[in-house]
Amino acid sequence: MKHGFVRCRSFLFLVVNLIFLLTACDSSPPPATGSTAKQDAVKKVLIGSVAPMSGPQAHLGQDNSNGALLAIEDLNAQALVIGGQKIEFVLLTEDDQADPRTATIVAQKLVDEGAAGVVGHLNSGTSIPASKIYYDAGLPQVSPSATAVAYTAQGFSTAYRVMANDAQQGKVLGEFAVQKLKAISIAVIDDRSAYGQGLADEFEKVVKAAGGTLVAREFTTDKNTDFMAILTTIKGKNADLVFYAGMDAQAGPLMKQLRNLGSKAKFLGADGMQNTGFLKLAGADAEGAMASSPGMPYEVMPKGAAFRERFIARFGEIQGYAVFSYDAVNVLATAMQRADSVDPKIYAPKMRDTDLAGVSGQIRFDEKGDRLNSSVTLYEVKQGAWVALETMGGTGH
Amino acid sequence: MDIFLQQIINGLVLGSIYALIALGYTMVYGILQLINFAHGEVTMMGAMIALAVIHALVEMQTGLPGSLILLTGMSVAILGCMALGFTIERIAYRPLRNAPRLAPLITAIGVSIVLQNVAMLIWGRQYIAFPPILPSGRHAFFGATLTDLQIFIFLLSCLVMTGLVWLTQKTRLGRAMRATAEAPQIASLMGVNVNQVIGLTFIIGSALAAVAGVMDAAYYGIAHYYMGFNLGLKAFSAAVLGGIGNLKGAMLGGLLLGLLESVGAGYIGDLTGGFLGSNYQDVFAFFVLILVLVFRPNGLLGQQVVERP
Repeated sequence: MKHGFVRCRSFLFLVVNLIFLLTACDSSPPPATGSTAKQDAVKKVLIGSVAPMSGPQAHLGQDNSNGALLAIEDLNAQALVIGGQKIEFVLLTEDDQADPRTATIVAQKLVDEGAAGVVGHLNSGTSIPASKIYYDAGLPQVSPSATAVAYTAQGFSTAYRVMANDAQQGKVLGEFAVQKLKAISIAVIDDRSAYGQGLADEFEKVVKAAGGTLVAREFTTDKNTDFMAILTTIKGKNADLVFYAGMDAQAGPLMKQLRNLGSKAKFLGADGMQNTGFLKLAGADAEGAMASSPGMPYEVMPKGAAFRERFIARFGEIQGYAVFSYDAVNVLATAMQRADSVDPKIYAPKMRDTDLAGVSGQIRFDEKGDRLNSSVTLYEVKQGAWVALETMGGTGH
Repeated sequence: MDIFLQQIINGLVLGSIYALIALGYTMVYGILQLINFAHGEVTMMGAMIALAVIHALVEMQTGLPGSLILLTGMSVAILGCMALGFTIERIAYRPLRNAPRLAPLITAIGVSIVLQNVAMLIWGRQYIAFPPILPSGRHAFFGATLTDLQIFIFLLSCLVMTGLVWLTQKTRLGRAMRATAEAPQIASLMGVNVNQVIGLTFIIGSALAAVAGVMDAAYYGIAHYYMGFNLGLKAFSAAVLGGIGNLKGAMLGGLLLGLLESVGAGYIGDLTGGFLGSNYQDVFAFFVLILVLVFRPNGLLGQQVVERP
């Protein structure tokens, strides 16, 4: 037994050594961003893109990362010169697994690797804890999809977003439910993520202010697939509209189960489910579902249709946020150009006076870092596809 | 009342899926005293294999009825999981048969991580949607709603469980399994091929897991590479609730856990006046589990067994 223990220990020692060796190889020096590069050499500027690249939101994460990649390819094709040096942007895609803890680790990694700016994160629940780390490092962060109000309300001068927040989205949704859909008894379900919870709270507030009645507030998680129990309760309270604040991996099965319970209640959601994943998961039951999404339909955006075509030709499929991550990279790049520096400390103050004609419209920020004049569009599933109903707000074009 | 009936139906359907998976945990534990943590991943593999076959058949446009496509997918998944279960036992557990108890437990966790990553490599990191091949027949039943699929899931799992009880009680193999569970050394002295019996136990348990995995994917319309973790955890709890090592305990535990979750999520908000919401459904279920274990440490149907040397 003792012999075994000793052998076990030396084995462990070996394993630990091996791990050290591996991590040592892994942390080979990143491409230099400092001023050590020669004057005529091309200077590499790292742009981080963080989104869940694995798990149930991987398709959305891939979409965000693709949007950033396309922007970087376009920028590199222009052969920009900043601070007297040729610049080559390099995309560093990181996976935060939609998990707040992983998000902070990944954020620190980007800071350590010397990224000059960050596009991300995808979720509000990950963007918020990560924003503290970027703020401490003075690194500008532009989220293409974190809609929670709290993200820009923390007073961090480095946190920006390029689409509407949940206060705007919740207002549009709440008023739509009460005034247009004439819902009398409304049930709200959220997935307890920073995004779902924040959005559901905003929605609830607006519904109550508009004179609607809330009959149930139920909860689930962003990993669940069984909603029969809470939906049965909701059905028992005769809700005529069910609002779900969460992502498509839950919204799809949820709507299917609602119909399987024999409920004819209207189903309303937000940007988390306004994508093709929801259509696949809910199948025929998706018909009639309604959801909002920040921004406007590609056909209405000034350069939207062309962008969409180019994106699909390059990557095959487009989800909701790609255009915003494309614009987010450009927000960073133009701030660098205006400051004539890729050093975050020098160009970060220039972020606030961004005035960029992005694909999604004119981008300007308010004092918190929220986008001015942002718009929200309502969609409905008709014959198996999302069809735009109306766009609220936004004078960007 | 119709709402309560609906919650009972929800719970029974959910519970019958849990029960099928719990049987796999309990069978292996009964014979080897090993908690096969990879069992949840076998369930996931079953769902993924079946979905791959179903998607292939749908794309070929064979014109087969949906139920036949589902059964074909399920059959392939059962065969695949049987092979998988046997391989896992042969490669990961048999060499450790006489090792200290912790070693195979850690191996089991390792196997589950390997399986998850293999599934991720083969089928990608996205979730896979179940194609709309099944008729969505809905029936009114005393004010509650029943779908064809719910009836199918419940009946199939009852059938499978009855078959399993018959197998263990009435056949030679069943007798050999019970003998091995009681005392492996003596069983082998009596002419039972213990290795074969253990292999077969894994094969049967994995087949049940495959059935449960396919049912889960068809019912919720979604499958992904990490679905096994949650299912496995719930089913393991169900097995413990019923008394791990006891077949009927696993069935009872599964159904009970399903009912608890369903009723808990449905009524906890109203019962506590909105103080605790439906986000506490798991808390409620596991609180009951703890209560049961405090008063009956061996689970509901578990017997006091003398620790095997």
